[in-house]
Amino acid sequence: MEKMPAWADAVLVPLISLLLAAILSALVIIGIGEDPIAAVKLMVQGSLGSTYGWGYTLYYATNFMFTGLAVSVAFHARMFNIGGEGQAMLGGLGVAIVCLYMPWPHWSLALIFATISSAAFGAAWAFLPAYLQAKRGSHIVITTIMFNFIAAALLNYLLVNVMRPAGAMDPATAKFPEATHLPTLHDMLAPFGIAFSKAAPANVSLIVAIIACVAVYFLIWRTKLGYEIRAFGHSESGAKYAGISPVKITVIAMLISGGLAGMMATNNVMGESERLIMNATEGAGFIGIAVALMGRSHPLGVFLAAILFGFLYQGGAELALWTSIPRELIVVIQALVILFTGALDNMVRMPLEKLFLMFRKGDA
Amino acid sequence: MDFLTMIQVLDSTVRLATPLLLACLAGLFSERAGIFDIGLEGKMLAAAFFSAAIAAMTGSVWLGLLAGIAASLVLSAIHGLASITFRGNQLISGVAINFLAAGMTVLIAQSWFKQGGRTPSLMGGGRFNPIELPFAEALSTVPFLGPIYAELISGHSILVYVAFACVPATWWLLFRTRFGLRLRAVGENPAAVDTAGVSVVGLRFAAVAICGLLCGIAGAYLATGLQAGFVKDMTAGRGFIALAALIFAKWRPWYALSACLLFGFLQAIALRYQNIDLWAFTVPVQVMDALPYILTVVILAGFVGKAIPPRAGGEPYVKER
Repeated sequence: MEKMPAWADAVLVPLISLLLAAILSALVIIGIGEDPIAAVKLMVQGSLGSTYGWGYTLYYATNFMFTGLAVSVAFHARMFNIGGEGQAMLGGLGVAIVCLYMPWPHWSLALIFATISSAAFGAAWAFLPAYLQAKRGSHIVITTIMFNFIAAALLNYLLVNVMRPAGAMDPATAKFPEATHLPTLHDMLAPFGIAFSKAAPANVSLIVAIIACVAVYFLIWRTKLGYEIRAFGHSESGAKYAGISPVKITVIAMLISGGLAGMMATNNVMGESERLIMNATEGAGFIGIAVALMGRSHPLGVFLAAILFGFLYQGGAELALWTSIPRELIVVIQALVILFTGALDNMVRMPLEKLFLMFRKGDA
Repeated sequence: MDFLTMIQVLDSTVRLATPLLLACLAGLFSERAGIFDIGLEGKMLAAAFFSAAIAAMTGSVWLGLLAGIAASLVLSAIHGLASITFRGNQLISGVAINFLAAGMTVLIAQSWFKQGGRTPSLMGGGRFNPIELPFAEALSTVPFLGPIYAELISGHSILVYVAFACVPATWWLLFRTRFGLRLRAVGENPAAVDTAGVSVVGLRFAAVAICGLLCGIAGAYLATGLQAGFVKDMTAGRGFIALAALIFAKWRPWYALSACLLFGFLQAIALRYQNIDLWAFTVPVQVMDALPYILTVVILAGFVGKAIPPRAGGEPYVKER
């Protein structure tokens, strides 16, 4: 018997968790001697009050959509891909190679190939953990954590010793050529007569992210592969009985997941910094975990959660600029969201289920 | 590399291995009881901050140590609540704890000290200072063994000796006491322990608490022994190296010691030399950084002896009704 109606499971539980996280965050702000209401006002003003703020909010949201989808796809196959960070780093390498070493006539062509390349690099970085999980039973969480660190060391090596232009001091590649620069929302909205901030980094890869959300929806709920992934996630033995190969599904789900995480690089590397720098991912791979948990691994949920986290990120940056609250407040909020929507899920769910059961008994 | 340099490298190996060892043993207790803990990093970080902060404010490193342990225990309690009481996902809880510590330490540091997320530098009684073992000075002139005793064995802070003493203590507790037997059983087959009338929840909470205690000491050592004060993200992935060491050691205390010494040695080498010339080609420093993780993946892949985790690890225990 269903204990709770579907809408309560999909909407009420995450909202209550979010509310708990918000209350605790407010207590934290009070604890360090600041005013939470003023802080929220400042965050809203800074991230949604101008097209400049929106530009940054959507830029961050684009990153989180990719990494959130990446974690979601793995969740559907009941795997926890903690390696989004490393996969996104490698995606950046894929973008840099395409942009630096090939001549491009137009950004659109460059974007298509950079997307493919970043996805291929991200997927390649997820392949070994996936293969080891499928064939040797090595725990994917541990291997993907290890691969994050290996990716950081690899990128560090490549940027310092190989890809750094001669004479440059900072560990980064050369600037990508003009033809690969992606149009920002300013460039895209200007023909329609909509004025959008020129300085904000949100760019055309937002569209790619939205397409990815739709594509993941169709993949998971409208294709045979998606059905197999979900079946495998619900019950491995059941899936095996139905003739679904666990090895195949594990590897394919992780390749898709890694590819999505890698595609994030079209936004942050190609769209924003326009060169590959150290720490380009800025922890977005980990925020994908919070986004996927909040979005209940559904593309629409991921889309909304990504925008929420984009808002938090841009708002947090504004807070750090205008008050004495450091940016790390966002890390705390992120932790609380992961804690309440992920680990303490049952704490919210169990009383709620009891409540619904009580109502049902009342009806009968 | 001459003899004295080697002694110095080994000396810093011991110091760098200490936090790894404490965290590794912490993870050992938790995972042997069936609770995966990828929040070692966060617990160490929180302990590092609170130990440094309290030591800076009171001038007493011992009060600092207690504060560090307390902070780590609080995070352990959250982990226990999430993964034992509410049967949540232990991995997700660990991730949350890491972020919670990373954010809160800087937030509180900024609020208390206003130094950009760090604590003031610790001096005098605010740090764990090196202890000279007896006759170290007198024996240092003895060839070969003298320098080893004076440089390598003597002259560490008390927590280093505590960490190394924890290895036999852990072995004894886990493999020679009733509590240890039950703790290991609860990580392999909790239903059997439950049938025997022993509380699964109680045992698991005890294991998680021991884990918090050891992580607390590890963090306090980082901030008050190895370094003089807290800086943002000062654990720098040590919690994950400890996790790697735990797998490398296949969840056994004596192997944990050698794994931590090996990884500490790699860190000491990477710290001392930028690039290492090995006959024909140069080993870049990044390879040294990545080596613990690569080795762990190789071990996990089961090509060099298979690492089999405790059977009930990561599974919340549900009593059948």
